[in-house]
Amino acid sequence: MKLTAYLDGIGLIGPGLDNWPAARPILAGATPYESRPLTVAAPQSLPPAERRRTGLAIKVALAVAQEAVAAGQLDARQLAAVFSSSGADNDNCDALCKTLASDDRSISPTRFHNSVHNAPAGYWGIASGAMTPATVLCAHDGSFGAGLLEALTQVAVEGWGTLLVAYDMPYPEPLHAKRPLPAAFGIALALMPERSAHSQARIALSLSDAAPDALAAPELEALRRAIPCARGLPLLQAIARGEGGRVVLDYLAPLSLAVEIEPCR
Amino acid sequence: MLNSLWLSHFTAASCLGHGLAPTLAALRTQKGGLVPCAFETVTDLATYVGEVAGVDEAPLPASLAEYECRNNRLAYLGLQQDGFNAAVGAAAARYGRRRIGVLLGTSTSGILQTEQAYRRRDPATGALPDDFHYRTTHNTYSVADFVRTAFNLEGPAVVVSTACSSSAKVFASAARMIAAGVIDAAVVGGVDSLCLTTLYGFNSLELLSSEPCRPYDADRNGLSIGEAAAFILLERPADSLDADAVLLLGAGESSDAHHMSSPHPEGLGARMAMEAALTTAGLQPADVDYINLHGTATPSNDAAEGRAVATLFGNQVACSSTKGATGHTLGAAGGLEAVISALALQQGFLPGGVNTRCVDPEIPIQYLTANLQRAPRRVLSNSFGFGGTNCSLILGRAQ
Repeated sequence: MKLTAYLDGIGLIGPGLDNWPAARPILAGATPYESRPLTVAAPQSLPPAERRRTGLAIKVALAVAQEAVAAGQLDARQLAAVFSSSGADNDNCDALCKTLASDDRSISPTRFHNSVHNAPAGYWGIASGAMTPATVLCAHDGSFGAGLLEALTQVAVEGWGTLLVAYDMPYPEPLHAKRPLPAAFGIALALMPERSAHSQARIALSLSDAAPDALAAPELEALRRAIPCARGLPLLQAIARGEGGRVVLDYLAPLSLAVEIEPCR
Repeated sequence: MLNSLWLSHFTAASCLGHGLAPTLAALRTQKGGLVPCAFETVTDLATYVGEVAGVDEAPLPASLAEYECRNNRLAYLGLQQDGFNAAVGAAAARYGRRRIGVLLGTSTSGILQTEQAYRRRDPATGALPDDFHYRTTHNTYSVADFVRTAFNLEGPAVVVSTACSSSAKVFASAARMIAAGVIDAAVVGGVDSLCLTTLYGFNSLELLSSEPCRPYDADRNGLSIGEAAAFILLERPADSLDADAVLLLGAGESSDAHHMSSPHPEGLGARMAMEAALTTAGLQPADVDYINLHGTATPSNDAAEGRAVATLFGNQVACSSTKGATGHTLGAAGGLEAVISALALQQGFLPGGVNTRCVDPEIPIQYLTANLQRAPRRVLSNSFGFGGTNCSLILGRAQ
């Protein structure tokens, strides 16, 4: 079975990359990349009580998810979701570990329910109203590839429209020294079984052992190497350039993922 | 429709024992494994836990030492049971190392290692100790990486971490990968181990029972946390199967879209997952002979799940939760309860729930408190998680 899907919407956020329309000319090489701290708004689609409880990982995940759904003019309630992250709410993890190492181990219920790896998926369900399947994955540095593979098997085997949401955020110290992630980052792809007026490209995925592609701009390549979900950027660079052909994405050694791209317009 | 897959080998380690024989013996005699919590340094919580015996005394082989943590030790202990190790080795020889996926569920991975490392932070700098290895212990992927490395496999691997439905959802993902031809077989299941985050976390939500948990009891008052490793080798059915071979017939997934830590009050998401499992199996509710309930023994879970089961199945199908015996093994629960369901199918009995003294009269389902000597042909197993992620599996006998 060929693992194919139509890419109908993209969401992107990272340092110096505010959203997909702003990032597109940068990835295409038409506008220079300028690094600056990432800013992300609290998700307005959540009720105020939930909105107050969201940390950076949830904000980034929901922002790119929302952007991809809007770009594809899709109904989120009809899409399955695959969330993939090498960590989760890493500030929350640090706060819990500090409390549990102290004399008073009373932790807050909100901290606890935000500690689950699937917290962003849970908030996405509350925000979007989607009662469709949502899965949440981790494959350490291969998390983007693992998410893309799961999303494409959903599209190809189940015939679902699937929203892939890959995101990461840094750990504070002392975990940062053990797992240095320099910045938060998020990529969302709305992947559909049928071509629509919004389809930007048809993609086909296969396992490979070719070396992953690097990005043209050194600063962007540094992000790709340092942040697991940014390892999806070579695919977005090709889409930004309107190029067909093949890109190779990082996955789990000795495997990589080869993606054949056929632009739709 | 799901193409049926064969659970060609399976095993589990929980507080009921290491491997299938003690697990079956405990179920047959309705003996639970919950004991007052004395885990690690946890002396201030009045609760019961389902702790696996001997985990601390079973270090990893030197070649895998960087993976040392309770979760991976429990995984390794599980892999040694019932010839599972040899079965994966044989499958790798048969299909090739790249053709076998590793898809495992966990909720907390090796977080205990980090919790303990935080106590040993450098007093001056706050730095974590040098012997703390993030990637191979704390990271959520660590257990799948560990299993892939231990078997020297080179295929796709992933951890599904959707809280308490994690190791049910791996069956659905693996079935898709096999259907797509990406892999020929998969090591699926789940491993979750006791840690401070879950003990103090469920305590903060006031969801821990002060006695061994009593699923579906009118006076149920919370859950008991357990730990387990459950492994299943999933592959396409052999040309000729023994009559008692167990097949994965269906898998259904849904989301509640309701609340982070409470189920949908009407059990709508739960019902959708069970309906989807029936649809993918091409079955009707009347075709199901036993339901292994999620049945955590919290007031809200059992009420919502019970409502969903009653809506779909009425009171015609025998049901029970085995969490009274094993505790709630969280990210391992889906895998452990799939193994228990497979034992029920092969051995021809329906396990009654333990600890439940008076079944909640408000929940109109047929809840078993004693074992029934009745051979089921098809079993549905429910797993629902925090954040509203639901998964139901349907397993059946080959004949």
